[in-house]
Parts: sequence; structure tokens; C-alpha cells
Amino acid sequence: MNETHISSAYDRDLEAIQAKIVRMGGLVEAAIIESAKSLEARDTEMAERVRKGDKAIDALEEQIQEDVARVIALRSPTAGDLRTVLTVMKISSNLERVGDYSKNLAKRTSVLVQMGQVAGSAGAIRRLAAAVQSMLKDALDAYIQRDADLAESVRQRDQEVDQMYNALFREFLTHMMEDPRNITACMHLHFIAKNIERAGDHVTNIAEQVIYLVTGEMPDDSRPKGDRTAFETHGGSEV
Amino acid sequence: MDDVRHLENDVTTQTPKITATGVQIYYADNHAIKDVNVEILDKTVTAFIGPSGCGKSTFLRAINRMNDTIDICRMEGTITLDGQDIYAPGVDPVQLRAKVGMVFQKPNPFPKSIYDNIAYGPRIHGLAASKAELDEIVEKSLRRGAIWDEVKDRLDQPGTGLSGGQQQRLCIARAVATAPEVLLMDEPCSALDPIATEQVEELITELRQNFAVIIVTHSMQQAARVSQKTAYFHLGNLVEYGETGKIFTNPEDPRTENYITGRIG
Repeated sequence: MNETHISSAYDRDLEAIQAKIVRMGGLVEAAIIESAKSLEARDTEMAERVRKGDKAIDALEEQIQEDVARVIALRSPTAGDLRTVLTVMKISSNLERVGDYSKNLAKRTSVLVQMGQVAGSAGAIRRLAAAVQSMLKDALDAYIQRDADLAESVRQRDQEVDQMYNALFREFLTHMMEDPRNITACMHLHFIAKNIERAGDHVTNIAEQVIYLVTGEMPDDSRPKGDRTAFETHGGSEV
Repeated sequence: MDDVRHLENDVTTQTPKITATGVQIYYADNHAIKDVNVEILDKTVTAFIGPSGCGKSTFLRAINRMNDTIDICRMEGTITLDGQDIYAPGVDPVQLRAKVGMVFQKPNPFPKSIYDNIAYGPRIHGLAASKAELDEIVEKSLRRGAIWDEVKDRLDQPGTGLSGGQQQRLCIARAVATAPEVLLMDEPCSALDPIATEQVEELITELRQNFAVIIVTHSMQQAARVSQKTAYFHLGNLVEYGETGKIFTNPEDPRTENYITGRIG
């Protein structure tokens, strides 16, 4: 397919939106990794920077939505162009949610630094966040390069994130059962882990959207699911 | 999962009305249509799109043998209407054109009264046995053309005195007056304002209940709005033919995509 439109202003409109998505993606990647680092390093200043940085992410999402509405109204995009603007809309709202989860993690960091540390948890959460950040990076690369295979690999990797979350879930339960004084911290940590796991689902949505963009069809629902916590009764028999 | 989506614009029948097989059309040495094979469905609006000179109008005109009037034009292959070859030796082109009506780009009412514009076809084809019957055909056709309410009090006035949009609807009413089975429209809205265009499009959607409609249009949005099937022509070839929703979201051929998204083809 030809890359350029007869109307060069149309190309410039689409490129401007593309540039915003890339910028937004960069900010969200940084937010998720830095919020997790701030928890591990118990660095409240870094956490505060992540919280403040979320405004820029929200603003970009709003701009992208406005730009997309404008292109739809003025250019009536069709075929590949239509799929591009639909994809951009969905990617931006998924990115915005990941940004929110990072901000939430940073908020909880500010609370958690006032409590005793739960052994090994912060490192595990940072590794979980790093896995999601790496998925996000590849999903955005897949978007930029229109690479459906890379997007599919991201989609498959969500299972690993789910398994890491499962392991953390059990670990926190154990800590709470061992010593009830851990409960407050572990509840916060569990929300953090769950939120990062949710962020992984949003990244998976982005990857699926890229597959739709490239192929014109949404992938079917054969993705392996690793989160089993909703079906298990950990420690229930002991209570 | 069961797909429960239903769109008003879905194809409702798979019955072919017109079948073209191996159609080649030449204007002297110019090969205008190259081996086109297509099945046009009954009770469906089919849009022909493509850049200027791609052969869409030529192919449209072949369907009611309008190209017969051009001396240098030569055709190979077959086109059938309900299984009957329309180029067979015994077929009378005048009778064929009563079955396959046509509306042109520029409204071209006869320099006669509104009434006579509609009555002309039914009279020459002997479709009305009495004045009362003819009156009935005229009213019914004008109603189908969505123009009855605007002209019912001035049927004796010249059709050329109407506005452009009214004239075009008058021409559509004239085309349906001979009770055709297929309606060919060559850029029917290109000379009309947006309101008249919308009226004609609404009319096309209604006509679909009874006829197979084929519309040639340069407006991609119009093709997307009114048709259920779209055919994309390029340099005399039928590049892609399929369901309109598919063509405009996920076309198979890169040439189709380049054209509908406004890229240099």
C-alpha cells in the first residue's frame, strides 16, 4: 500500500496523532517502572514525581481523543486509516488506565514507607512491573512497526504476569497468616500487585488492537489465562 | 459465538439478477473493460467505484445496451438478466431498457409537462389501458420518486421548471414508471445539493425493496452509505467486489485501499 495520501495535510494529521501516542507510551512506561522503583527504594520524592506526572498522561489522552474526533469529522477515514484512528483511540485509553495504576502505586508507596517492610515483596513487585513495562514497550513497538507477530507474542506473555501475580498473592496470604501486624502493608501490596496485573491486561488489549489494526480482525479468545486466584480457596480450610 | 449483529444495510438475498461473464469492451483499439466477471444481486444496491476512466460507466451502460449507440464500441462475453442473454439476437434493446431503467448524472427531463414526463414511457410501451390507469401509474411513480407532494398541484407545468433536485427525482420517477427490474444510476447526485442528495439516497434505499439498483459514484461516502455491495474498477479491471462494510473497513486488494483512503494509486 502507498504510504502517503494525496492530501498531505491528512498525512500530517495522522502523523501528529501517532507522535502523541508514542510520547504518551513513553511517559506511561516510565511511570510504571519508576513507581515500582520508588517502592523498592522507599523513595517518596520519586513517588511524588510519578503522581504529578500522571497529569501529563491524562492531558495527552484528552488531546488524542480530540484529534481523533477531528480526523473522523473532517476526513472520514476508511479502511486502514479508519482502523488506525480506532486503534489510536483504544490504545490511548488503555495507556491512560496503566498511568492511573502507576499513580496509585506511587500513592501507596507514600503510605508503605511509614510501615515495616515485608521481606522480599518490593523486589518481587518491581520485577512484576518490569515484566509489564517490557510487554508495553513491545506492544508499542508492534504498533509503530505494524507488527502483528510481535503483538501476538506480547499477548501470550500476559500469562507470565498472571503467574507472577498468583505467586505474590499466595506470599502475601502467608505473611498475613503468620503475623496479623503485616495485614495493612500486605493489603496495600496486594492491591499494588493486582493493579500491575490489571495493567498487564490493558497492555494485552493494546496488543490485540495492534493485531486488529494490521489484519482487520480481532484475535479470537484463545489466549492462555494464568490468573487462578478467583477459583482458589487459599488457606480456607485452616480458618 | 453466535453473531447477533444485524444491520439494515445487510445484503438480504443472494439471488443473482445480472450475471456478467468474461466481458471485454473495446472503443476501437482502446480496451476499456478487461474480462469482467460479476454477479449483481437482486434487491441490492451495488456501487461501482473507481477513478475516472476506469470503465465503471462503460460497464454500467453495457447492462442496458446503451453502448449499442456508439459505433466504435465492441463487446465480447455475455451479460444475462435473469439468465437470459441480453445481447442474444432476438432481444429488442428498447424492451430491454424498459426493464433496465437508467438515471443520468445531469437531470434531463423532457421539455414536456411533469405529467407527460412520467406518462411517456408507459404510453409507448402500452402499459396503461385507460386514462385512469395512466393517472394511477403517474401518481404511483411520482410517489416512488418522493416528489409527489411537491408537484401534485402542478402536473401540467413543464418539468424543466423544477429545481435541480426535483428534476432528478422526476427523472427517477420517470425511470421507475415503466416498472423496471433494474435501475442503473450514473452519478445521480453529482449535480445536486446535500439536501437533494440525501433525498435521492433515501429514495435509493426505498427502491431497493423492489429493484436491483446499480449506482456509479465518485463519492466514496455515498457508496458507503447507500450500497450493500461495492465493486472497485481500476484501468478496466474489476479489482475487488464484495460486501460494502468489508470494502470500507478491510479491503483485500491494496489498490482498493489506496483508492478509498485517498492515496496515490
